[in-house]
Amino acid sequence: MAENIKLEYIVPGDDFTRAGEASSEVKSMLKKLGLSSSVVRKVAIAMYEGEINMVIHGGGGKINVEISPEKVDMILADQGPGIPNIDLAMQEGWSTAPDEVRNLGFGAGMGLPNMKKYSDEMKIESQVGKGTTVYMTVLVS
Amino acid sequence: MTVKQAAEKLGFAILAGEDSLQREIEKVYCCDLLSFVMGRAPADSAWVTVMGNINAMAVATLADTACIVLAENAALDEDAAAKANLMDIAVLRSGLPVYETAKAIEQAKADD
Repeated sequence: MAENIKLEYIVPGDDFTRAGEASSEVKSMLKKLGLSSSVVRKVAIAMYEGEINMVIHGGGGKINVEISPEKVDMILADQGPGIPNIDLAMQEGWSTAPDEVRNLGFGAGMGLPNMKKYSDEMKIESQVGKGTTVYMTVLVS
Repeated sequence: MTVKQAAEKLGFAILAGEDSLQREIEKVYCCDLLSFVMGRAPADSAWVTVMGNINAMAVATLADTACIVLAENAALDEDAAAKANLMDIAVLRSGLPVYETAKAIEQAKADD
């Protein structure tokens, strides 16, 4: 890889039929680049959970991915309602997802915990009424 | 045991993902909550569920399961079937309940 690969995806809000498209594309690219299956899986899971959160809670948003020989950086930014209490949101089982989302199989309160579990570094910046940005890194080596 | 062998041995219908039938099943995992599946389903597992919607297909791709097995004759949505074929996700259907479906796969794997 001569130069870092930079990718940008727009995630539409409230469209569950397209949720996961960006993560699937990144997964395919990482596989083509020959990264190990465990790294590919970590990125795919962490990014998909973030993408779903943007669809459910954030009204959509933008994902930037940068792939370098050492790591995969992901920045997921939405302009949704923000997270009032990040510590609470990080707890397994805590969810504010509406019933129609739970009926699809989401809303188990595992999104942010899964993102933390499958990324090597994660930081959340959120402002109520303005939006949330999640920074995640998965190390390649 | 491959997905195809499991389908043949157990009489499970193959609903989608013909190109992925040669994948090996390493484990069996049961759950319907997609975020649990994302975080906990082992790679290369046969995922037994009743969720046949398009989001389940995305989860199977990203969590890298070997196949989806719809228990209880659960329906595979039309858009989900199209996605499964597009993403090469093998989807099988069993008339058995979730536990019996998982047990049958595990047994067939042990006998293999």
